[in-house]
Amino acid sequence: MSWWRVIWIVMRKEVIENLRDRRTLLSAFLFVPLLGPLLFAGMTTFMVDRVVGEADEALRLPVIGAEHAPNLLQFVRQNGATVVSFDGSLDQARVAVREGREHFVLIVPASLGEKIRAGESAPIEVLWDSSNNKAQRHASRARSLLNAYSSQLGALRLAARGVDAQIATPIDVRSVDIATPSGRALILLGTLTYFFLFSLLMGGLYLAIDVTAGERERGSLESLLCLPLGRASLVLGKLGATALFMVLALSVTLTALVFCMQFLPLEKLGMSSNFGPLVALKVAGILLPMSIFGAALLFVVGSFTRSYREAQTWLGAILAVPTLPILFAGMANVRPSTSLMAIPSLSQHLIATNLLRGDAVEPLHVVVSIASTLVVGGAFTYLAVRLYRREKLLG
Amino acid sequence: MIVIEQLKKSFGSVQALQGVSFTAKDGRITGLLGANGAGKSTTLRIVSTVIRADSGRVLIDGVDSALDSIAARRQLGVLPHASGLYPQLTARENIAYFGTLHGLSDDVVEQRIQSWATQLEMQDILDRRTKGFSHGQKLKVALARALVHAPRNVILDEPTSGLDIAATRALRDLIRGLREQGCCVLFSSHIMQEVVALCDDIVIIARGSVIASGTPAEILASTGAANLEEAFVRATGMPIELLSEQSTTLGAAS
Repeated sequence: MSWWRVIWIVMRKEVIENLRDRRTLLSAFLFVPLLGPLLFAGMTTFMVDRVVGEADEALRLPVIGAEHAPNLLQFVRQNGATVVSFDGSLDQARVAVREGREHFVLIVPASLGEKIRAGESAPIEVLWDSSNNKAQRHASRARSLLNAYSSQLGALRLAARGVDAQIATPIDVRSVDIATPSGRALILLGTLTYFFLFSLLMGGLYLAIDVTAGERERGSLESLLCLPLGRASLVLGKLGATALFMVLALSVTLTALVFCMQFLPLEKLGMSSNFGPLVALKVAGILLPMSIFGAALLFVVGSFTRSYREAQTWLGAILAVPTLPILFAGMANVRPSTSLMAIPSLSQHLIATNLLRGDAVEPLHVVVSIASTLVVGGAFTYLAVRLYRREKLLG
Repeated sequence: MIVIEQLKKSFGSVQALQGVSFTAKDGRITGLLGANGAGKSTTLRIVSTVIRADSGRVLIDGVDSALDSIAARRQLGVLPHASGLYPQLTARENIAYFGTLHGLSDDVVEQRIQSWATQLEMQDILDRRTKGFSHGQKLKVALARALVHAPRNVILDEPTSGLDIAATRALRDLIRGLREQGCCVLFSSHIMQEVVALCDDIVIIARGSVIASGTPAEILASTGAANLEEAFVRATGMPIELLSEQSTTLGAAS
């Protein structure tokens, strides 16, 4: 019987068997693929909220004692903030801030005008709660407005005494924020490609366990090895089924995401809805070789384990390995280069990120990525076959 | 016919087989008798080519199993000690999987399944998933799976352990049926009565060596014992109380 026929029979049987297993099905095709779009939708909404909030929202300035600082508040209004008189006592203001009803409250003392006229330093308190994440941004905006007014006033005082204001500011610190909305979206995209890889590997996890430790634990392995077949074709059939499950899981994930993208306010992040069916297909094409590498890797590790449980522990941990380069890339902020394309998972991450951004992808990068991943996958496949020829396999 | 010549096998420092030789002839049932750990399973695993001997050779219908293991395996039907099924597949699918891997056409596979189902009285469970099958039901499916390609040589490693009386009887009938068809049947057991009831030839194995072999009459003659049980004890040098105790406890445990 031809090799191909054996591989086909083994693969078909493993696929049928695992399609009947509810746990495998749910994890490969439901939980993981749906988790992604949900997570992504959540993160996107959160980021859109922040980005849009920062840019558009006028600063609201609740003040106690507004009547004591008409000039200051005039300055603040000119800078686009809305001044509101806080209705209540100091204690009520504290409670309001602590409970998060106000992000902060400005407290202007009655003596403000007097002190300023006397050329002294006049205190203004900004009541805020550092444990309230949202308040932080608002309070700091208020502080920088007050600081701006303070320096303006200081400069005027110096000028009145015939001193150049620059004397008092030896260093003029200018921080220039050049982050674009799509730059922010980069973090999101990184998460997304990481997730693609994860769902791909998860898709084959239970199958890889089943065809290695599962077969051994059930005691069906010895009967299988008594068949007049080469062990290589058995291994390849099992690997094929695992890889196929991985590809299917990835397809479900990508499809779900393409569908979800239509409902996400991505334009506000400057990402546009670049992620259409065509880009999804390209991403799938780039990730395809990873299924061979991933299946062989899980299979090799599974071959060493004695029981389903042991395999679950080890393979669960191994799942993290291919995602490590991505983590590293995220931290080091690496850019695509031909040499990096030799690293499986990292190359897919970099190319997929480019695809999602709508940037051009260098054909050479694609070639190197696919070739290197196939080589590593081939090496692991060879190792898997070698492991299946050991006598120890039977335990 | 299975010819076994001077098999030696060590696992680390443990010498499991120290030169095992015997012949299992066609049209006869050969019983490999020995206590647990005597080397029965190791011998049968070498014969079924899943492990290799350090030295010695096995000829299956004249084919050296180490030189052409695939050809040797074609002549063999093996029921290993652990013969688990695929729980998510039906009994029929379990058998058909092995049938197609033997290269049989779908028609032939179907025909064999029908014939074994009738013989083993398992028509009613044929299309049920094997998850939750009783021990006896599982064994029937595993047997049909091992014999689906109609092998000339059949190896059964402790097939009766854990079976109830009815299933044991059915199995014995099946083994006798194989003999009628001229098959060479080699099976192992640690239960004396079973071997005596069924076998034409007996091979007694202890500590990795064959101690006595031949027909029951030949064994009695060579050991000078009054009955086979005594012969077994004399051959292995094991006190009779220990032997019977071991058989019952092991029989109950497995």
